[in-house]
Amino acid sequence: MSDRLSGNEAVAYAMKQINPDVMGAFPITPSTEIPEYFAAYVANGEVNTEYVAVESEHSSMSVCIAAQAAGARAVCATSSCGLALMYELLYVAASCRLPITLACVNRALSGPININHDYSDSMGARDSGWIQIYAENNQEAYDNFIMAMPIGETPAVRLPVMTCMDGFITSHAVENIELLETETVRTFVGTYDPENYLLKKENPLAVGPYDISAYYMEHKVQEAEAMKAAKARILEVAAEFEKISGRSYGLFEEYQMDDAELALVLMGSTAGTAKAAVDKLREQGVKAGLVKIRVFRPFPCEELAQVLAGPKAVAVMDKSEGFSANGGPLFAETRSALYDLKDRPYVINIVYGLGGRDAKVEDIEKVFKRLADIVATGETGPVYTHMGQRSKEDMV
Amino acid sequence: MKMIAKKPESLTGAKYHYCPGCSHGIIHRLVAEAMDELNIREQTIGICPVGCSVLAYDYFNCDMLEAAHGRAPAIATAIKRLLPDRYLFTYQGDGDLASIGMGEIVHASLRGEKITTIFVNNTLYGMTGGQMAPTTLLGQVTTTSPYGRKVEWEGYPAKMCELLSCNEGAAYICRTAVNSPANIIKTKKAIKKAFQIQGQGLGFTLVEVLSTCPTNWGLSPADSLKWMEEHMIPYYPLGEFKVKGE
Ligand SMILES: Cc1ncc(C[n+]2csc(CCOP(=O)(O)OP(=O)(O)O)c2C)c(N)n1
Ligand code: SF4
Repeated sequence: MSDRLSGNEAVAYAMKQINPDVMGAFPITPSTEIPEYFAAYVANGEVNTEYVAVESEHSSMSVCIAAQAAGARAVCATSSCGLALMYELLYVAASCRLPITLACVNRALSGPININHDYSDSMGARDSGWIQIYAENNQEAYDNFIMAMPIGETPAVRLPVMTCMDGFITSHAVENIELLETETVRTFVGTYDPENYLLKKENPLAVGPYDISAYYMEHKVQEAEAMKAAKARILEVAAEFEKISGRSYGLFEEYQMDDAELALVLMGSTAGTAKAAVDKLREQGVKAGLVKIRVFRPFPCEELAQVLAGPKAVAVMDKSEGFSANGGPLFAETRSALYDLKDRPYVINIVYGLGGRDAKVEDIEKVFKRLADIVATGETGPVYTHMGQRSKEDMV
Repeated sequence: MKMIAKKPESLTGAKYHYCPGCSHGIIHRLVAEAMDELNIREQTIGICPVGCSVLAYDYFNCDMLEAAHGRAPAIATAIKRLLPDRYLFTYQGDGDLASIGMGEIVHASLRGEKITTIFVNNTLYGMTGGQMAPTTLLGQVTTTSPYGRKVEWEGYPAKMCELLSCNEGAAYICRTAVNSPANIIKTKKAIKKAFQIQGQGLGFTLVEVLSTCPTNWGLSPADSLKWMEEHMIPYYPLGEFKVKGE
């Protein structure tokens, strides 16, 4: 079924097709349209979801936690400060092993206050125990949301899933999209049947109890194991999804990587721009390639290392600052993934696009040019730089 | 020629970004005129909310600090305690104050913080596109209550003046509207009185101003004023709810 939808409407539509039991709703730009579309589905009787409009994101995530603990399926959408206000509850959801699905429409986190896209919101939540899957475009945002429940709800995983898309760029731009039939989606997603939930009379239960040092660590190790198990499950679900959609997904997407000498690692909608740059450079005979990270949590460490063993130089492009004084979060993960390689490529980090600053094809070409220079001279130069900002000389 | 009206000193004169018929502009001017008339501009610090008036620091000609959504009363509290001889005001929408910031405002009033809150009630979240707020009237259509707010689903609209006037720490609680010249004048009087009571150190002061959002109400500016009179004022009665000492 072909249609034309914005990223927000595509995700709201996926939610409608799934028909979850509960939605915790609170508006924040640019994710607001998701609860708005959904409110109309509820009011029109198109879904039988309990729509709980609360007074803040701290409460909307609390609603989801309670619903999921009672054995229901809960969904939510938020951005930026909204996700930040959920922070305490994100950890609770993950540690209680409640597979809530959250549509995160990425937006820069205050301050300064800004409504445009970067990943500072979800990157701040990267260690909360949530699976994180990022979309390049509307189609992927829709597909990822449909795959989220089968991933998160599987007993070996039982973790909440955050599906992320780029604020405005993906959430508000209208694109052609292929939608699945609602019946197909419902069969694919199936029912949520946790073995334990509140108010099951055969098995009285306390959810989220105090966990002292004698047990806390085992609890956390189980969570860590669940996150490891998620990797295989994500691939399994992707394989099943391909059967119903014809669209294939991995932990990341490789673009022209087979013989690439110069490669980028990045996420989200910039991949579209970067693919255009790769195509242009390939025409000029430059062996450029791209790895688009789809799954950031769990991080595809070994798989990425294998792919990056080929190129001579790699630029990791972070669309969020980590303030580690040592590069952004994607860079830290990627460089660490490369440590076990015998022959490591040169690796640099380019932080770009903060607060929605545009990255154009020419900007990406500049990054490739920098990589080519590094290969030619054997000099890496500054490893961690910021692209496209006016306060310092552009080091890209 | 005799000058009969001029731009208040307490406004910068920057062009407002508000929609046509929006009350934010009038209310800004009233706050500024009150500051001018009391001659307190240079001792006043304002706290901006997150909402349509997020850029209020561009308009008020005094020091302004931007708070996170709903947190203005806590910010104002800290500044007032450090600089007790200054005048502090928070400028907050009904989403900012009565939804995400409900806890902050209740506690600031319970503690009797000597600050003034200008509470702009337009019955919905204007900035994010007109979603239901705690102040949305029963039956009112918003983008998250497409067939009107229902008691069974969303409960009752929040009457903040009534709620806050119960608190011992509250010294002045008043509700006004900007639907007519007479009410606009009353609103300025109330704002001045709130600043004066703050100056006397009697406790927490708040003026709730019923205001319009023609854009998200889907009405013309003129019809918005009518809607306010016919729907808001009957549910949100105007007047002083608490005046300490009176
Ligand atoms: C933590 C957090 N959640 C949500 C938002 C999104 N948000 C921005 S303004 C706003 C509501 C504004 O409504 P109101 O206070 O009534 O002011 P108005 O725009 O109507 O003047 C919301 C929910 C935010 N900025 N921060
Ligand atoms: S959206 Fe409503 S509150 Fe915001 S500026 Fe426009 S009219 Fe005013």
